Amino acid sequence: MPLGLLGKKLGHTRVYDSKGIMTPVTVVQVGPNRVIQVKTQESDGYNAVQLGFDDQKEQRLTKPLLGHIKKHNSVAVKRIKEFRDFSLTVKPGDVVGASVFAVGDFIDAIGVTKGRGFEGVMARHDFRGGDASHGCKGWKRRGGAIGQRLFPGTVMRGMKMPGHLGQVQRTTQNLEIVQVRDEDNVLLIKGAIPGSEMDYVIIRESKKLPKGSEVAKRRFTPPVAAKSKTAAAAAKAAAPKDKKK
Amino acid sequence: MNQALLDKIESEQYRKDKSEFAVGDSVRVHTKVVEGDKERIQVFAGVVIGKRGHGLNETFTVRRISYGEGVERIFPVNSPRVDKIEVERKGAVRRAKLTYLRTRLGKGATLVKEKDDQTGTAQAKAAKSKKDKTEAAAAAPAPAAETK
Repeated sequence: MPLGLLGKKLGHTRVYDSKGIMTPVTVVQVGPNRVIQVKTQESDGYNAVQLGFDDQKEQRLTKPLLGHIKKHNSVAVKRIKEFRDFSLTVKPGDVVGASVFAVGDFIDAIGVTKGRGFEGVMARHDFRGGDASHGCKGWKRRGGAIGQRLFPGTVMRGMKMPGHLGQVQRTTQNLEIVQVRDEDNVLLIKGAIPGSEMDYVIIRESKKLPKGSEVAKRRFTPPVAAKSKTAAAAAKAAAPKDKKK
Repeated sequence: MNQALLDKIESEQYRKDKSEFAVGDSVRVHTKVVEGDKERIQVFAGVVIGKRGHGLNETFTVRRISYGEGVERIFPVNSPRVDKIEVERKGAVRRAKLTYLRTRLGKGATLVKEKDDQTGTAQAKAAKSKKDKTEAAAAAPAPAAETK
């Protein structure tokens, strides 16, 4: 996770680009993200940056947590998350925001999906249900048989059945950043993101990239550290090909 | 708070020169067409047969008869591809959606009844007479007070 931010999903809208093409976007508040602690290989055994998001009153935090935050000269926040191998060089007390990303970058959005409660098999597992007519009665939304006969005499493990749906962490991969609004600390991200409006989300540099895309070739632009790293990686990737030729 | 920000993002995209037109109007829609590297303006002239949505989502449908074949195009009102919308003549219609034009043939399919000035004057007359009445009503109590 070289780059990431904590954010809050604000809502959906659509924007026109310079060519007049309309894009559906999710508006995500991604700042200010407070750098609380910087962990290093020497002191902690691994490199990471602890980010806090959504400022709040100090009285609402537990004293141990507040003590930890105060130790690093930061501000009381609602959410704290650690990002491993953060590509930007930051120090405790710093503030990072939307400008970390650039237009055209691909990100993964991690959020908790909307809870739907106890749902049947049609909503939960995309079963087709029963027939609507031809003499059918009372079978419209049922799942059908769940087993065989005396052998195996038991219901197989993992059988798809009704149950709780939603409210689980999900990642949507490879969403494009359409706009970076630095003054509002807001990102406009193409497409949908898991979760409800005003839910917390994690926006991180995408782990994979769309196959064959231009962006996959140039990877990410903004962080200087990442640039040199990726450039080196790109050079490495290019080198064997040249040898083959 | 979040809605304010969304509104701000949307309001940036509204067209500055919003032209007033209604369902039934005959309009000329100037659209930007990209051919290779060049951009030119193409005009689509016809009758507005419907509007839907609001804000950024607002679209309108224009119908015309092109070489004997009915053609409909849907334009987003706030699209930057729509250069401008000219109103050629106002239509007098009593429907929000003019789908009945689809079944029409000949000249009746290309135009709706024009909004005549008489309705305009009639409205003005009505407004004027109302105004007169209110003035009279306002004037009436004054003398009454005097007499008292």
